[in-house]
Formats: sequence, C-alpha cells, structure tokens
Amino acid sequence: MMQVISLLVENKPGALLRVTGILSARGYNIESLTVARTLDPELSRMTIGVDVEERLRAQVIKQMNKLINVLQATDMTDGRSICREMVLIKARTRQESRTALLKEVEIFGARVVDSSTDGFAIEATGDPEKLDEFIGLMRSYGEIEVARSGAVAISLESKKLRLQPPVPTRAAGSLAGNGVLNG
Amino acid sequence: MSGAQMLLECLVQEGVDCFFGYPGGVTLPFYDALYDHPIRHVLVRHEENACFAAEGYARATGKVGVCCATSGPGATNLITGLVDSMMDSIPIVALTGQVSSSLIGTDAFQEADTFGITRSCTKHNYMVRNIAELPRIVHEAFYVAASGRPGPVLVDIPKDVFQAMGHYTPVHSIHLPGYKVFTEGHAGQIRRAAQMIWEAERPMFYAGGGIIAADASRELQELTELVDGPAVTTLMGLGAMPSGHPNFISMPGMHGSYAANMGLTQSDLIVALGVRFDDRVTGRLAAFAPHAKIIHVDIDPAEIGKNRTPDVPIVGDVKRVLQKLNKVIEELKPAEAPRTETARRAWMHKLRSWKQEFPLAPVTSDTEIKPQHLMAEIDRVSGGKAIVTSDVGQHQMWAAQLVRFDLPRLWINSGGLGSMGFGLPSAIGAQFARPESLVISLVGDGGFQMAIPELATIASYGLPVKIIVMNNGYLGMVRQWQDLFYNNRLSSVTLDCFPDAEKLAGAYGFKGRTVTQPHELAAAVDACIAEPGPYLLNVKVSPFENVYPMVPSGGAINEMVMGPPQPAVVK
Repeated sequence: MMQVISLLVENKPGALLRVTGILSARGYNIESLTVARTLDPELSRMTIGVDVEERLRAQVIKQMNKLINVLQATDMTDGRSICREMVLIKARTRQESRTALLKEVEIFGARVVDSSTDGFAIEATGDPEKLDEFIGLMRSYGEIEVARSGAVAISLESKKLRLQPPVPTRAAGSLAGNGVLNG
Repeated sequence: MSGAQMLLECLVQEGVDCFFGYPGGVTLPFYDALYDHPIRHVLVRHEENACFAAEGYARATGKVGVCCATSGPGATNLITGLVDSMMDSIPIVALTGQVSSSLIGTDAFQEADTFGITRSCTKHNYMVRNIAELPRIVHEAFYVAASGRPGPVLVDIPKDVFQAMGHYTPVHSIHLPGYKVFTEGHAGQIRRAAQMIWEAERPMFYAGGGIIAADASRELQELTELVDGPAVTTLMGLGAMPSGHPNFISMPGMHGSYAANMGLTQSDLIVALGVRFDDRVTGRLAAFAPHAKIIHVDIDPAEIGKNRTPDVPIVGDVKRVLQKLNKVIEELKPAEAPRTETARRAWMHKLRSWKQEFPLAPVTSDTEIKPQHLMAEIDRVSGGKAIVTSDVGQHQMWAAQLVRFDLPRLWINSGGLGSMGFGLPSAIGAQFARPESLVISLVGDGGFQMAIPELATIASYGLPVKIIVMNNGYLGMVRQWQDLFYNNRLSSVTLDCFPDAEKLAGAYGFKGRTVTQPHELAAAVDACIAEPGPYLLNVKVSPFENVYPMVPSGGAINEMVMGPPQPAVVK
C-alpha cells in the first residue's frame, strides 16, 4: 500500500540523502518526492510517496524521526490529511477533436496554459488518483507528454510539533553524566 | 588561533586525553598544531585500527573514543570501524581531513566524498564549511555520539578550515531541535511493568549492551534480587551481572547455554533491557519465547517493536527506568507471599538445576590443547577481573561461554558487525584507557593476521597487552559451518601458514612463544601474564573442535544441538 510520509526537515546539506537513505537501505523505491522551503527558510517540508509493507511502516517513520535533521516525520496515511499533486500535460490533437478535449479540461477543472495549432498545454491539480484518471482521459485524444510534480500533503489534525530545547555543553560545566536530556 | 588549534581546544574542552590516528596530506596543519600540544596522539599502523582502538578505549571507559584520519584512503579505511561502532552503539568521534574547499568535487588528489560515504555508517556526520562553525560542530559531534543511543559521529574538515584563522568562542549550549532523546520512561508503563513482574510465574530478565552503555548493572542486579528472578545477558551484556551472582544464568542465543535458551523459551514474561532481539539471540523469531509477554525498555524508540512487538514498551534510559521500576516494585510488593510465589520458586529452581545439569564446561584432553581448555586457563588468570578483547568467531564464542566477567566493560568484542581484526587494536585502546589493568587480547589466528601491523604500535608504546592467539589453523567458525552444513567441504578456510610467534614478537622486540602440549599450557599462560611488557602467546589448539551448544541457522533456540554427533554403534 502506498504510504505518504510528510517530513519537516532542517534545510541542511545531506538532509535529503539521510531521509531517502532510510528507504533505499531497505530496498524501497520512492514513487514520488517533493521538497520545498517552509515559512521558516531554515526548514523544508518533504512529502514522500513510497510503497512500504504494512508491518514496516511504523518502523520507517521511527527511523526517520531518529534523524537529527528531521524535526517531525508523520505517516499521512494514518490520519486525516489532504494530498494534492499537479500535472502538466502536452496534448497533441487533431483539429476535429480540439473542442471535445477542451470540454474534458473544463469538466475536470483543469486549465489550458498554452495553445497552438499542434495542441494544448494543460495544467491540472488534484488528488493523485484523480490525476491518473485525467491523464488516461487525455491519452484517448492522442499522444501526450506528462510532467507530474509529485504529491504534497498536509495533515488536518492538530499535532503539536515538539522541538528539543538547547542543552548546556560540557564546556558550560553542567552536562550530566553521559549527556542525556529529559524527554 | 588556527582551525587546527581550535579543533585541539575543542578536544581539550571535551575531556579527550588521548586519541588514535594516522596523518596524511590534508591533515598536515592539524598534526603541526599537535606537535607541541599536550594531548596524546597514538600513532597506529592502519586507519581501520585507529577506529577499532578508539572503540576499545570507549568500550573500556564509557567515554567517547576519538580517531583521526586523512582524506580519501584514510577516511575510507575508517569505514569498518564506524559500522562496527554503529552496530554496537559505541560513542566515537571520527575526525577526517578533506581536500581544500576550492578543490572539493574536482577529483583532487586523495579526495573522496567522505560525507556522502559515511552517511549510512554514522549516527550523524558533518562537513565543516568554515572555521566559524568548527567549534559548534565538534561539540555537537561529542554530544550526539554520547547521548541517547550512543554511536559514531564523523566530522569532515577541509584543509583550508584547518589553516584559517579565527577566534575560539566557547560553546555553552547545543541546539538540535530535531534530536529527540527520551530518558525518563513513561511512569504509567513502568507501574504496569512492575505489576506484570509480580504477577509472572516464570519471569526472565534479558539484558544487553544497553545496560553496559547506561551504566545500569547495579540497578539490574537489584531488580533481579528484589523479585528473585533469573537473568540472562547477551554477548554485548556480559559483565552486567557478576558471573557468580545467584540470579545470573548465562548467555542465550546461537551458542548460548541450555538453561538460558530454555529459560527464554518457557518464560511467561520477558523483561528485555537494552537489547534488540538480535537474530543471534532469538533464533527463528516466530518461535522465540512463544508463551512470553514482553516488557521492552530501550532508549531507541526504533528498537521497540522492530523484531518483537512488546506488550509494554518503555522508551527511556535503562538506568533511569530501572531506578524507577525498582522503587515501584518495592512499593507494589505484596504484603504476603504473592500468589505466584510457589511457581516462581519452582521456576528459579528449575533454571538453577538446568544450569548445573547442562553447564558450559571446558573440555580437556591429555594429548592436545582443546580450545575450551585455553579459555579455562584465561579464566583462571583473569578471575573475572581482566579486560579481554576478541575478534569474531569460535574463540569469541568460547570466551563468552567460559571466561567469567564480574564487572561491566571488561569484555570487549565486535558483537553486531563481527569484525575480524578487532581484538588486537581494541586491546590497544583499552590499555591506553586502563593502563593499570590486565588487558588480554584473545584472538583467532585469522583475526590476528589481519591486525599484525599493530604489533608495531604495541611495541612502540611498550603496551603490556597480552596477546593470546587461539590458533586452530583454520578460519574456525566458517570451517564449522562448512563441516555441519556443507558436507565438510572445506573451501578456502585453511590458514596453514602462521609466523613463528617467538620470532615474530622478537622481530618487534618483545617476547613470544608457541605452545602445543596441554601440560605446558598453564605455565605458558602464567609466564605470558607475568611478563611486564607485551607478550605474544600462540596456542596451537585442536583444529576440528566445534562450538556447542549450537542453534542451527533458522532454528528455534530451544532446538539446540548440544554436542557433536555421536558415532553410530555398529552391531
């Protein structure tokens, strides 16, 4: 089953590799991946779609949460969430089917972003499965080219982000024992 | 000051008194700063051994072990040690040089993508991009290595950062908002655990390396005494219970004792403390302890439920959790003998009698030295007090079975990764950490030959390490598996050339000897231990001895093979 994982990650070198490394070390293939900055430029939001065996899903999230650059890893498949993706389609059409195709675009709520005698460039957003259907539909009109953005997801549940406070160093003289902090 | 001097200042602030390394081109500025610095640098003969030595130091003390290598081949040579310390959760800070920032990515001389290569074999790693962030990164590295579940952290430092000039401003706090360390344990879960422990009829304490790492052996003993319950300790946990403790059973697993394995199998409550249900302990997972409820305490949330789903998970530092658990256990102690009292007594009695009935007893012979005989001799001179380091394989298993360890941090071996060549360099690190202690490097003839270059380090620093080679002329454990599972087709396991120990040690300027006869063994071991300096004792043992008991790969741990097949009686 496809697992959608949403991560809040420090925008630091190697952070992306660490996250994907957890999946590649177990031989999982990443189906989709998006990364972009958040409101805080030092943080990135990452959404990963990956096909993970049911019994290992919790383990994968735990491993990701262990990464020092990961502030939070959440399994979006578990709770209420919204998942959207964008697709750009270049559709070649014959003159006689242009109108029919435009009708489909309209029904789906997609937009034409470029038009030429060869055909159209179409932009659509939606649920990834919905987009699959739309792409299928567009194919029935002829040859198409597709670029998908990969899914982005946001949780609708109010999950508090728990950040760890700073810890005094050994140099500051109060790091207890082997340096553990209260959790 | 320069970046190189700043790095040394950071090491001083972290309390590093000695570290292990090997210089090279890009670390020249660092070694130049080291030239007139009081911190002690130990020059090993191969970078892999620098990391193993740092591990020996860390395992013997609980402090962070530090190793250092140059860029490219120096850094790549550290990899085995990094993975080794990752698998056994040993705190290591590895410092590597990198080519100058302007050359990174140009395939410069001795350039390797150390940061990329070591991502998956470290707990965390860093590349320092400028001198301003150097102190923060180094202090973070030490903090991350030692806190939570310990592990290796690598800091890659380009040559120009060593050379740059800057001001060292002390780092007073470390801010890693995403680094979650849970130490305290959930109070409700701890109470539930305590109740379950009192209610159990056949409880079993299954303790591992986490007890050693958390310095919780006293708390563990207390717990077993409070409820008079039996404890097994894993390969990584040996020494957590004194060998003579009445509640200590022995080591479970593939080469564990009958009592330990049957105890786990028949238990109705396993209290797992700082362990990871490793395949070498559980055997076939589906058949492991089928009747037992599980309480699992670990500081790493990802270990909980990884292999066996617990009934009561407790994420926390095992020392803190045990302190609290012991209190609650006392609090909940029934006024009268608990309902389960009779069953528990019978259970403890059963385990003790199993232990007596199927002991891990040394085999001896008049004509040849049995490997178990050698272990008994080592046990005799150690008396449960010496530091013993080992590689991986038959000698490791016999040592774990037969040599007693009465304190934590005496038994130093490559557990999870099973690295050959670990025993000798880790003994170097342990001896530097514990100059007054007797350090025995117990190695196989295979592992020893992987680590021979370090004889130079031992000689050069005059380390009184006692190297005892259990020499069976084979890659013993692989031979054992070829014997048992591949029709005894011994493929590339014969190590038929071994240097003359007396001459080899002599070439490095210390004493060595080979013994072959059982009646000479005790005196030879005594002479080895009595020697004030290093000593190489090569003990020729019977070549075809197999380690028993043995749980065949894929078997359940109660399906042990107790000994070699007996010859069929021909009528």
